[in-house]
Amino acid sequence: MNVRLLKVLVLAVASLGVGLATFSLGSSGIADTSQGTPDPARRLKSVSEFQSIADAGTRSRALFVEAAKVITDPRCINCHPMNRQPTQGDSMHPHVPLMNAGGGAGPGIGPDGLMCSACHRAENSPAIPGSRVGSVPGNAHWSLAPVSMGWQKQTLGYICRQLKDPTRNGNRSLTQIHRHTIEDHLVGWAWHPGEGRRPAPGTQEEFSALIGAWIETGAECPS
Amino acid sequence: MPYALNVNGKSYSVDVDGDIPLLWVVRDVIGLTGTKFGCGIAMCGACTVHLSGQAVRSCITPVEDAANFDITTIEALGDAELGARVQKAWLEEEVVQCGYCQSGQIMSAAALLALNSKPTDEDIDSVMAGNICRCGTYPRIRSAIKLASSREG
Amino acid sequence: MGIVQTALSGEISRRSFLISATLAGGSLLIGSRIIQPAAAQSQDSFAPNPFIRIPPSGKIEVVVPSAEMGQGVYTGIATLVAEELEVPLDQVQVVAAPADPLRYAHPVLGDQLTGGSVTIRGFWEPMRRAGATARTMLVSAAAREWSVPEASCRAESGNVVHAESGRRLAYGALAAKAAGLPVPENVALKPASEFKLIGKDVPRVDTPAKVNGTAKFGLDAHPAGVKFAAIAISPAFGGTLKDVDDSEALRIKGVRQIVKLSDAVAVVADHTGAARKGLAALKITWDPGPNGDLNSEELERRIEAAVAGEAVVAHNSGDVTAAEATGAKGFDVVYRMPILAHTTMEPMNCTVHARPDSCDVWVGTQAAGRARKTAAEVLGLPVEKVMVHNHLIGGGFGRRLDIDGITMATRVAQHVQGPVQVVWSREEDIRHDSYRYLNLSRLSVKLGADGMPVSWRHRIVGPAIMARFLPIFFKDGVDFDITGGAESPYAIANKRVEYVRHEAPEGMLTGNWRGVGPNRNAPAIEGGIDEAAHLAGRDPVDYRRQLLAGNPRLLAVLNLAAERAGWGTPLDRGRALGVAVLPDFGSFAALVAQIHVDRNGALKVERLVCAADCGIAINPTVLEQQIESGLIYGLSAVLYGRLTMKNGAIVEGNFDDSPVLRINECPPIEVHLVPSTESPGGVGELGTPLVAPALANAIFAATGKRLRDLPIDGSALRGA
Repeated sequence: MNVRLLKVLVLAVASLGVGLATFSLGSSGIADTSQGTPDPARRLKSVSEFQSIADAGTRSRALFVEAAKVITDPRCINCHPMNRQPTQGDSMHPHVPLMNAGGGAGPGIGPDGLMCSACHRAENSPAIPGSRVGSVPGNAHWSLAPVSMGWQKQTLGYICRQLKDPTRNGNRSLTQIHRHTIEDHLVGWAWHPGEGRRPAPGTQEEFSALIGAWIETGAECPS
Repeated sequence: MPYALNVNGKSYSVDVDGDIPLLWVVRDVIGLTGTKFGCGIAMCGACTVHLSGQAVRSCITPVEDAANFDITTIEALGDAELGARVQKAWLEEEVVQCGYCQSGQIMSAAALLALNSKPTDEDIDSVMAGNICRCGTYPRIRSAIKLASSREG
Repeated sequence: MGIVQTALSGEISRRSFLISATLAGGSLLIGSRIIQPAAAQSQDSFAPNPFIRIPPSGKIEVVVPSAEMGQGVYTGIATLVAEELEVPLDQVQVVAAPADPLRYAHPVLGDQLTGGSVTIRGFWEPMRRAGATARTMLVSAAAREWSVPEASCRAESGNVVHAESGRRLAYGALAAKAAGLPVPENVALKPASEFKLIGKDVPRVDTPAKVNGTAKFGLDAHPAGVKFAAIAISPAFGGTLKDVDDSEALRIKGVRQIVKLSDAVAVVADHTGAARKGLAALKITWDPGPNGDLNSEELERRIEAAVAGEAVVAHNSGDVTAAEATGAKGFDVVYRMPILAHTTMEPMNCTVHARPDSCDVWVGTQAAGRARKTAAEVLGLPVEKVMVHNHLIGGGFGRRLDIDGITMATRVAQHVQGPVQVVWSREEDIRHDSYRYLNLSRLSVKLGADGMPVSWRHRIVGPAIMARFLPIFFKDGVDFDITGGAESPYAIANKRVEYVRHEAPEGMLTGNWRGVGPNRNAPAIEGGIDEAAHLAGRDPVDYRRQLLAGNPRLLAVLNLAAERAGWGTPLDRGRALGVAVLPDFGSFAALVAQIHVDRNGALKVERLVCAADCGIAINPTVLEQQIESGLIYGLSAVLYGRLTMKNGAIVEGNFDDSPVLRINECPPIEVHLVPSTESPGGVGELGTPLVAPALANAIFAATGKRLRDLPIDGSALRGA
């Protein structure tokens, strides 16, 4: 955790004064209602918990289904739409304001004149008191996944085959995919999404381990 | 530690925390009040400035991020041909009512036209949807952008 | 405001004028007597009245008593003065009037207020008279200077000219001499045929500074030594501050001071960024107070229960009860409206320098006189010791008619050395507005055998804003604003409008919201007449035409809007037109909305066609701007506007959960002005009330679903 992130967390905790905290927990509307603290119910199973599955293929599919809790989490899939328009929040409503991220075959970074970075800076913004947005998320590589990596409303089988397909995964080998889950800064953002957003399940390390084990067991896909 | 900023071609040294949004540094510390505060969460565009030509929402841009860029605000936009052209079109189309959002609208429009000199309606929507106007000047903003575009030098 | 139309003609007019004049401290505001010698005249300047100052050199100053909030009043007032003064508009400098209701009260409202779409209606004659008086005196001065008859001299482009001799003197050169002349009682005003500026699309005077960042709004007032304060006000209305841990906030760089008030806490810092950071670091405990358990469901239950309550009669013609017994068929329906904030682009802010013996206030306000008064009251100073520097307003819409923010800022400033600018966050702004409160209309209509209405009973349930805001417009339990126009323009023999006063919880401020009373009533009236037409099996435009035969100006705009929108042309499935009319604010308007509802129930507003007769258009472009503006403001509310309450506090707080219309959702808008020689009508609020009924009527035409609750519930259209 870097220094800035620490500051964000300090502010986030500071903002949980009784009145304001009660206030930011409203439940209607389109904003995120989740908080930044990890939810113990949203843990990821560890790789060892799959050892009891004897059949490698079955185990591989089960590992992927577990890892897909992360892949299909709003923190990740909001920026993997089938069109060029990201979604927002746990309700996955269309991005407000309208965003046509462009990019097509490559990552979408926003239309000419309004890049993603106009609002999404290098790091999450500090907590914004009273706002149900909580903070404006940010990352140095903030962008929309390429068209070929659209996941929204797709089956896990579809997503799995896409991940493995070099013509649709950015020409990555499985090893590179694994490394991507370990090292990629934007992937890592999912567990540090800033005030007002619920992190993806588990931890990045647990997620990477699941992906690694999935690959080791043959990278089988659910149907 | 003071941050060195370059705003509208002038150098400033500002002694503020690095996470203070650029908006307040520009307005309250440097004293350029043309850039406006509207929402504080990058949802309205009133605070739009240019960092080396790119439109950004200064209300969520930490000053430490801005230190490496040439910062342009509405006060200096008209120094360049394109900015002056957009401002002129704004007046000719009588876009402005209360005017509070218009600094941001014009900054966004100039950023659009700098990269896309002949924007379609869809292009205009994609960029200008980030800027809210409560007086409802949207139809005239659209006309003014097209007018400015038609006069490309 | 709806009431003002009534107030300008007929009995109420005389009554309210008298009361207004009394309120303003004398008879000076009645009719043409509005013109009085200026209280303070500099030695060399010529200032025959409080609205004009002509210095020996430099620009002529027009002092505008009304606030510029985008509606073009600086341009409008300057045009009226310049027209009669015979000066081009570019020789005129507009100056915002100081807070001084004795000199600058609005002739109808009786106070220095800008609202109700009444500014130009009130100042149409006085401002031209002010210009004509000054011109007459300047001509006199020149005639004396040259020893020639006044009749041989004329005013022309800021000069007095003696044609025979070819002599000419600029107004500035005549200023000293003119200042010594008596002010004439009666001066002739130009006939419309001689207008040079009125009716022309003169460029707005306020906009060049608004495109280059130099325009000064309230938030831009930075007097020397100013500090900046971020504020948190008790989220629950009526709540109080229980405890604040400010230890962390005080350690933040730039934070200077924490001001704790009974119901709020402010962090004062070197800049707003540090103040906001400091506010975020406070640990605040609130006592939610008496409303701590209130939520939206309870507020809605209360207003539903109030419908059956005791009502006062606001309008009664014919015998509704008897007619109801004779009607063949009819309907009894309820229209409901949500709580709305104004959400001006410029969040509430106010800069105050409180000293032991005087005070300066820098703010953009629609109520300069009241701003001065509240600051004086908070500080225990005589009003003369408070100077209000009024600024451009970054969106008014009625919000800045209330001075609660100025009161609060002064309370903060009381504890601060030197000037302090108090800045509301967007969240604080939305959660502490002067809200358009819940409103409910029960409409009972009976039709005769011919399908035309024989009885019209409209029961309005909502707050009496005027009882607090302008008590002259609240009489015998009837709020003239909320009941404004509720009797409808339609020729129906038996009509009754009943009013049940129903207030928001104590501590929740309710106020004027763009479109005021007509905005509350138009959905029921124009929805109701559409329901009647449908029940009668008639075309909604034809039906209205029959009932508006006696109202030629309204009929004309209805016909024009229908024609331009292509009313009657067959449209594809899912696409339809809806119509609404509005005779209010001294103007007449009709709107046709074209909408489309797709198979998934997604609503798209495709086109708005508005026809308006606003009398003489002082500046047609400004009129068009205002109508576009009113329509778009209305559309935002109709599609999205709904605030909810939880634990006594407003839940929504920013554009994420309280969305407003954006450019990509904005339909093409056509405005067609009807040429007129009548006196100008109001235009700032004209468009807003039309949107809800026109849209709902179009949705009914497209889907058969009659939506009577606002905002429009998109989910109700699924499967339509």
